[in-house]
Amino acid sequence: MAKNSKYKLENRRYVIGISVVLLVVIFIIRLFCLQVIDSDYKAWADSNAFYKKTLYPSRGMLYDREGRLLVYNQPAYDVMVIMREVKTLDTLDFCNTLGITREQFVKRMSDIRNRRLNPGYSSYVPQLFMNHLSAQDYGLLQEKLYKYPGFYIQNRTIREYEYPNGAHVLGSIGEVNKRDIENDSYYIQGDYSGRSGIERSYEQVLRGEKGVEILLRDAHGRIKGKYENGAHDVEPVSGKSLTLAIDMELQAYGEELMKNKLGGIVMIEPETGEVLCMVSAPTFDPKILVGRQRGKNHAELEKNPYKPLFDRPLMACYPPGSTFKPTQGLIFLQEGAITTQTQYTCHHGYPYGGGRPACHGHYSPLALQYAIATSCNAFFCWGLRDMLDVKRRYPTVQDAFEIWKDHMVSMGYGYQLGIDLPGEKRGYIPNSKVYDKIYRGRWNSSTIRSIAIGQGEILSTPLQICNLAATIANRGYFITPHVVKNIQDNPLDSLYTERRYTSIDPVHYDVIVDGMRDAVLAGTCRGATLQGIQVCGKTGTAENPHGKDHSIFMGFAPYDKPKVAISVFVENAGFGATYAVPIAKLMLEKYLKGSISDGNKYTEEYIRNAVILPNYVQ
Amino acid sequence: MGLFDPSGRPGSQLIWIGLSVVLIFIILMLESDFYDVFSMVIYGAIIVLLIVTIFIAPDIKGSRSWLRLGPLGNIQPAEFTKFATALALAKLMSGYGFKLTTFKNFSISVGLILLPMVCIILQRETGSALVYLAFFLVLYREGMSGYFIMAGVCAVLFFVINMKYADVPIGPNNLGDILVLGGTQLISLFLVEYTTKDREALKWLGGMTAGVYLIAWLANFSLEVNFLYISLILIGITSVVLVYLSLRTRLWPYILIAFFAIGSVAFMYSVDYVFDEILEPHQQIRIKVSLGLEDDPSGAGYNVNQSKIAIGSGGLTGKGFLNGTQTKLKYVPEQDTDFIFCTVGEEQGFIGASMVLILFCVFILRLIILAERQKNSFGRVYGYGVASVFIFHLAINVGMVTGLTPVIGIPLPFFSYGGSALWGFTILLFIFLRLDASRKEK
Repeated sequence: MAKNSKYKLENRRYVIGISVVLLVVIFIIRLFCLQVIDSDYKAWADSNAFYKKTLYPSRGMLYDREGRLLVYNQPAYDVMVIMREVKTLDTLDFCNTLGITREQFVKRMSDIRNRRLNPGYSSYVPQLFMNHLSAQDYGLLQEKLYKYPGFYIQNRTIREYEYPNGAHVLGSIGEVNKRDIENDSYYIQGDYSGRSGIERSYEQVLRGEKGVEILLRDAHGRIKGKYENGAHDVEPVSGKSLTLAIDMELQAYGEELMKNKLGGIVMIEPETGEVLCMVSAPTFDPKILVGRQRGKNHAELEKNPYKPLFDRPLMACYPPGSTFKPTQGLIFLQEGAITTQTQYTCHHGYPYGGGRPACHGHYSPLALQYAIATSCNAFFCWGLRDMLDVKRRYPTVQDAFEIWKDHMVSMGYGYQLGIDLPGEKRGYIPNSKVYDKIYRGRWNSSTIRSIAIGQGEILSTPLQICNLAATIANRGYFITPHVVKNIQDNPLDSLYTERRYTSIDPVHYDVIVDGMRDAVLAGTCRGATLQGIQVCGKTGTAENPHGKDHSIFMGFAPYDKPKVAISVFVENAGFGATYAVPIAKLMLEKYLKGSISDGNKYTEEYIRNAVILPNYVQ
Repeated sequence: MGLFDPSGRPGSQLIWIGLSVVLIFIILMLESDFYDVFSMVIYGAIIVLLIVTIFIAPDIKGSRSWLRLGPLGNIQPAEFTKFATALALAKLMSGYGFKLTTFKNFSISVGLILLPMVCIILQRETGSALVYLAFFLVLYREGMSGYFIMAGVCAVLFFVINMKYADVPIGPNNLGDILVLGGTQLISLFLVEYTTKDREALKWLGGMTAGVYLIAWLANFSLEVNFLYISLILIGITSVVLVYLSLRTRLWPYILIAFFAIGSVAFMYSVDYVFDEILEPHQQIRIKVSLGLEDDPSGAGYNVNQSKIAIGSGGLTGKGFLNGTQTKLKYVPEQDTDFIFCTVGEEQGFIGASMVLILFCVFILRLIILAERQKNSFGRVYGYGVASVFIFHLAINVGMVTGLTPVIGIPLPFFSYGGSALWGFTILLFIFLRLDASRKEK
């Protein structure tokens, strides 16, 4: 029995031994699961240990067509704080240096520590205390920084503007919002991107490419040096610089002339489609939308009743008024409704409309060239009648109108032209279905005659009108207007180099050009006459149901080989000749001659001092 | 700082290793009889030192286990108690005519184990104290009934199951209670079969259990059944039957099984009390985290989570010696002491970590073989003491690092940084080698 019991006890060594083996087998299985099967731990470890520090590229700079630097980067200074290192701080002295109150200081410090407001908070990692320090404050702080342990200055770049002009074209940058981040994985919270103007439309070119520096980070978030000596780091690529088609001096001059007025000036080089200037009045200094004041200033601009943020040359849709007449002449000629010799009578108005629209004093009957020069309303109503209502050419008025509309679209109306700026409006050219709906299918040229003189349903932007001037100057084609002339190292989009021919035969343009020349010589816009330059032009008056009519001019110069096309809108300024024409004259002289001649100094003074603002302010 | 700079931890550990060689030399030079003769003296001296330590040790993070030895650094007497306890147990059990099965001998043996445990718990080193439970493996080898081990395993299992499923509702009760009570009933029936071979009793009791649970389960479809009461009533009936059988047959096992069943129920109801009232909050959380009841990667679970990340990121072949990012950047706390195995896992990968485990396995098996080949029971008992200590350290340390067991701060032998532990293990092991070297002398 005893022997048996001893023998049984000796067997227990196997129980113990097998238990040990089992234990080790369980551990090895566990290790296999952790290390070989489950790959999550690896990613986890990487996100633990690697701190990918973003290296921000410098944003591309902007130059004007003369090579003048317009927009560049300026260092800005953010005050950073590492909470753990803040120990003895003379709060009062510190607050005085930064120009903040003690309450602001206390609130900011507690906001930084608040993990709900600042989820990535770590007392070891620099936290933003205050952004965009002014250079003055920076200087002050820099001197005293040794007294404030834990506070550091981090350099950033913000936009700096050489000129106080061109705010709408240049645009501004601002912090990306949630939607930007969702749409483009390039951005992270706190990044800046173009919010308007060129900054926005050329964002992809200007921003460059971010670099990354892979740093090792310990359990407390402290940086322990580069990972593998920076072998996996990526250098940032600077954004490309842009040369604009804009002539900044011309732009500045236009803004000066448009001071205290509402409206816009667009000037295009017809041969290239380059936008020489694009003035939107009222405007503002682009500087005010930079840095810490951006939010406050933006809100103030939004509240301003004159809508300075509204980029009128692109966004304002006015009835084009008489500047529309050349398009009508061209369509009538193209469709054979008239010839250059066709004469219509005008007895101070369109007889079929019961003398409406009315017309001014000129001889009658008259042909197209003279009708353009004198801006005869009746002529174009007649023309529209022969275009739409003559059944031998088109079976129905609807068919005729669709052809009319297609011609208009080919001349750049009714759709966005496709300028390289955000926010362009398409204006409005109705189609036959619109009128079928309004007049229940029963309508003819008389019903809609006001479109022949650019009123009624028609809407267009100042850019479209200027583009018409450029098309006429080119005798039949235009190049999509664009504000960027050149992208560093990159070709321009073919959209901005290819000619777009209208559906009108170029031969028909000559009579229109002559008519516009006559208008300046002896017609409605004699005020645009310039010594030694053959200016061609057309005035317009856009009816405004809300107040005084808008004054419009469009034109180009010189007559042969035109160098510039222009459109001017002045809201609530009455007839085209009163304000739009002299402004256009000054702009043309400024651009073509470089300075204003003595003879026009008086006009310049007069325009500069004119105040045409609706008085719903104050 | 250079790897071998004596002011850094690696350099300092190297010095401890160098000094251990001296220690080994001394241990091997002494006669093997010395250990036999002086075992109780050594044990007594160490216990006195432990008790003194409680009163004179400075408070380091709540623990009073470190003695300051001036320039030599600090020393933890608890690390030297393991070999002393092993010696004392060996001495006791190698006495002439010693039989562990007598109540007196068993009590003395358990007392020898519990005395240092209590002292160390008083030093607030609960983790180190738990190591002494390993010596029950020695008692098992030397004749302690396997039922004690079984009871221990059952206690741990019941505790884990009861805690883990405490929040899973079954009718008005929770799954944890039902599983523990059902398990108790099943084990009781198994014991009836295993100890008494009383098929008749098994048939009736088993039939009753299966029948009642089946009816209860079916009834559960139409009305709410309180499984807790049913289980309790079943255990009650079983216990009564067993007591009756014991009285009728005059056989002990029946009544012992009844004790087991009633004891289990009592245990289950005391678990909550013990957990809530006796364990300290950090211990409660550690247990909950390791049972997966609480997921708190930044708080209590931080160590284990980071440890798993470090090991997991090692992959199959690891990142290479000194190339571990998680360990080098100090994501894993205590990475050079209790969590040292993380570094092995991260830098040497699955292959390296498995090799270390296999080496430990071979080492322990070798210890068992050596223990078994001792001619006298003093050597054998001491050998098993050594093996048990290593088994416990391996199981708990690697278990906690891989997230299988609660975090109990005990070192991985011969890996973790720490002079006291290194010396403790060295003395423990080399005394046994000294004994083994002279096994043929007698």
